[in-house]
Amino acid sequence: MSSSLAVDRHPETRPPEQRTRRQVSTLPLVAPSVIALLLWMIVPLAMTIGFSFQRYNLLNPDAREFIGLGNFTFILSDPGFWISIGITIILVVSVLVITIGLGTLLAILFDQEFPGQGIARVLAISPFFVMPTVSALIWKNMLMHPVNGLIAQITRGLGLGAIDWFANLPLLAIIIIVSWEWLPFALLILLTAIQSLDHEQIEAARMDGAKPIALFRFVMLPHLSRAIAVVAMIETIFFLTIFAEIFVTTGGGPGLATTNLAYYIFLKALLEFDVGGASAGGLIAVILANIVAIFLMRSVARNLDT
Amino acid sequence: MARKNSRQWLWAVLGWLVAILLFFPIFWMFLTSFKTEVAAVATPPQLFFRPTLENYVAIQDRANYFNYALNSIAVSLGSTFLALLLAIPAAYAMAFFPTKRTKGTLMWMLSTKMLPSVGVLVPVYILCREAGLLDSRIGLIIIYTLINLPIVVWMIYSFFKEVPKEILEADRMDGASTQQELRHVLLPLALPGIASTALLSIILAWNEAFWSLNLTTFDAAPLTAFIASFSSPQGLFWAKLSAASTLAIAPILIFGWLSQRQLVRGLTFGAVK
Repeated sequence: MSSSLAVDRHPETRPPEQRTRRQVSTLPLVAPSVIALLLWMIVPLAMTIGFSFQRYNLLNPDAREFIGLGNFTFILSDPGFWISIGITIILVVSVLVITIGLGTLLAILFDQEFPGQGIARVLAISPFFVMPTVSALIWKNMLMHPVNGLIAQITRGLGLGAIDWFANLPLLAIIIIVSWEWLPFALLILLTAIQSLDHEQIEAARMDGAKPIALFRFVMLPHLSRAIAVVAMIETIFFLTIFAEIFVTTGGGPGLATTNLAYYIFLKALLEFDVGGASAGGLIAVILANIVAIFLMRSVARNLDT
Repeated sequence: MARKNSRQWLWAVLGWLVAILLFFPIFWMFLTSFKTEVAAVATPPQLFFRPTLENYVAIQDRANYFNYALNSIAVSLGSTFLALLLAIPAAYAMAFFPTKRTKGTLMWMLSTKMLPSVGVLVPVYILCREAGLLDSRIGLIIIYTLINLPIVVWMIYSFFKEVPKEILEADRMDGASTQQELRHVLLPLALPGIASTALLSIILAWNEAFWSLNLTTFDAAPLTAFIASFSSPQGLFWAKLSAASTLAIAPILIFGWLSQRQLVRGLTFGAVK
């Protein structure tokens, strides 16, 4: 370990441009971060694995015993668990599609020069800085409330009646809220990517008679692919564990309509006090996240070679 | 020329329309915070009204508001400071003395962010309880440091990568010591990057709402928990809720506005040149 992290100590094998490189042992510099993260990952994970094989309810801690795969068979046969996985996937995929799709269009829009562009951009990215609990409450109470909410008042004013978002379209409501929070992030990154595009190249293609759609498809999109990969990766990290928006608005309901995996485990752990079941669910969540992570990491690793 | 002008106006109308739509919920919350509770739920919604500060006064009367705000400040700044302390040496080593394991280490660090918090909620809850860190600022600071560390390392790493190697080399030729090199050359060059990393870390810690909701009750509860406590009495306290929300997000929103240009540079993780 130490020899691999430290700088190569054979001067004769070093390429000439590295001759001035210092003899710095990098291990003591990297180790604190690595050890901290290793502990953060391994200790709770080991405990989770341990709990997941036990009957362990905080309401009745004396009845704690080893039950093998009991928790897993219970969780895996619980329809609620599978519903929560489905809802997690719907939530992640739809918000990714909305934020990256709209984000790309808005990035092109804000790449154009127009009066007050700077202020408009600052306003557009503002939702990213709002804490999830606040944005959930704004949408729940002031915009989507079926009686006094602004949306209901407008649709009723137009004679369309009002939608009770959190009763009838709860998942769509959550998707809208999360998309609103993360669209600015996608916009910000993709805008930076577009601005780094060689504008002479676009002009040249336009001179050659390229239509706007072809221009977008063959010049802009390839250039944006790395930025899109980064946006998708960071967003997925956060979307897999969406919690506060659900906690504040629907509490996972009605029924299980907005219970994603994170919320399902939360319900098990802190409301049913079922440590064993929650740990088994948590472990499955970790495994699923790792499958997603492997795919994402690969696409990002490809982008790392600079 | 006329054609170019008309096109510019089209972009302006579209751009401003989008900006106003996206910003509207925040604006509406801000507006509502100056209404009376009756005006806040009035039909039709009032755009013009006699503004009042009574909601802010009422929030201030709930003496604990400042306790929550103080917790938010302490936790965001504390965790950011700790994360930088751990991350700067690591990023320095990886950016300037890369080995064949560097890329793997960076990837692994980021993959720890993929670990769903819920997966380890119970053990962390129990560990905190055993260590007496439940509902304590120290506990939250440690956890926020760990969850933000991978992103902080990554951002500082990509900023260090942007520092032209030639400048450091030249300095070395002149016989500067490692310490001098760090203090006089690298630090000034990377300072804007470190600052924007710190800003993002503060924003993420300020807005984090999973651990803060689950691990704090009162003493260490930050503003995210304060706001969440308003979620039950629907509709009754809209104006006061708006005032509290405005106070909760104003500092971080202004932070974000001021730092948005630098923020994005680090967030692209070197994928955008």
